Amino acid sequence: MSEERIVLIDERGLRVDGRKPDELRPLKIEVGVLANANGSAYIEQGKSKLLVAVYGPRELHPKHLALPDRALLRCRYHMAPFSVEERKSPAPSRREIELSKVIREALEPAILLDRFPRTAIDVFIEVLEADGGTRCAAVTAASVALADAGIPMRDLVVACAVGKVDGQIVVDLCDLEDKYGEVDMPVAYMPSKGVVTLLQMDGILTREEFEKAFKMALEACEKIYQVQKDALRRKFGGVQEESVEEVSGDK
Amino acid sequence: MTVHVDRRKLVLPGELLAEGRFEAGPNTYREGDKIYSAVVGLAEIKNKVVSVIALKGCYIPKVGDVVIGVITDYSPTSWQVDINSPYTATLQVVDALPRPIDPAKENIRKYFDVGDVIVGEVIVFDKTRNPMLTTKGKGYGKLTGGRLLEISPTKVPRLIGRRGSMINMIKKELGCQVIVGQNGRVWISAKNSKYEDIAVKVVRKVEMEAQIPGLTERVRKMIKEEKSRIESGS
Repeated sequence: MSEERIVLIDERGLRVDGRKPDELRPLKIEVGVLANANGSAYIEQGKSKLLVAVYGPRELHPKHLALPDRALLRCRYHMAPFSVEERKSPAPSRREIELSKVIREALEPAILLDRFPRTAIDVFIEVLEADGGTRCAAVTAASVALADAGIPMRDLVVACAVGKVDGQIVVDLCDLEDKYGEVDMPVAYMPSKGVVTLLQMDGILTREEFEKAFKMALEACEKIYQVQKDALRRKFGGVQEESVEEVSGDK
Repeated sequence: MTVHVDRRKLVLPGELLAEGRFEAGPNTYREGDKIYSAVVGLAEIKNKVVSVIALKGCYIPKVGDVVIGVITDYSPTSWQVDINSPYTATLQVVDALPRPIDPAKENIRKYFDVGDVIVGEVIVFDKTRNPMLTTKGKGYGKLTGGRLLEISPTKVPRLIGRRGSMINMIKKELGCQVIVGQNGRVWISAKNSKYEDIAVKVVRKVEMEAQIPGLTERVRKMIKEEKSRIESGS
């Protein structure tokens, strides 16, 4: 490692990619991009790009995994070999297995799993390009894909990372800030419920710094929540009234 | 007693629908006295029941539903039936044949074989065990000939229409037989295979445009156009 220090925040107080400390990267969410999945979403957060597919509820195989009182949620977080600078082996790494579990646990409290006992809901997350914050983008996109699949949920789950870079608390870290910054703290949150479903941190924050960072994360989540809702409204927006009148009087 | 959404408005998961003495209907959930939407759909409030009409989703069996299934397996006394749902259905010999048979002497494959399409009714389902079907009843049993389509189960009410308005219109205009299963399978059979083609197109159109107003009239017009095209063409 070279001794040269990377400047993460310049003299004007701007970050490596020119953002202000509390500014998010440009965010784009598209719903229903895959024809063969029950629900799907594509997310672009800065240079991070992910594709999420949801299948289910469907019959569970192998059968012995079935839970008698609720559906089994299975997640696979996977990075494409071309998603990072140096080719990544396509085999699931230790990190990917762990992230799969972490993402599953962030989504589980939101989904009404008890409505589909003995079935499986499968979530496949494919990272096409990684530039930091992929686990957060994965949670954000997965909850949109689950909603697209028509799976009942308490609320959408939104995730966003906060961290400390060059002594400053910043929101939505990119890859460089994640690697060379002091702290990275991903937070997943259900905005309408006010429930945090994921909170991780590597690095050290003082109590005051943590409180500031946590508040910033929740504020960022609220912003991303709006983007999620807009994406879903765009997909299902063409829905109008007359049809429902006829639908409600069926049979 | 407050209602927070307009009727038939698009709602998203977690959206507050109503507060107070309401009943939580399908696709909603309750927390205290508040009722929230659980899916993306259209809010509906009727007789104090707050519900959401889902726009997507799988078929969950309900007792009394007419379903179209495909036989996937058989045992000496029962068949396994794929009903386009997370739960496979079982059809027992006693629920299918008018008289008991001796499984030691007779092979039930001669009645329904793997790959056969059947129409039946759900008689038992409680989520702890897989659903059971019956094919005893008028119009139930094996379907031969015709075509089998699959549409989204959430679009089935639209294809049937209010008191069967849509489906009866299609049957009348095309003079064909149509069976719509609640599980999203549609079986169509007509004497003239060209009319079958039209019926297939019509069902696809209904699925695509389920949410756009004035559908019944547009479908009627489409059938007329297609029919005149066939008559002038052939």
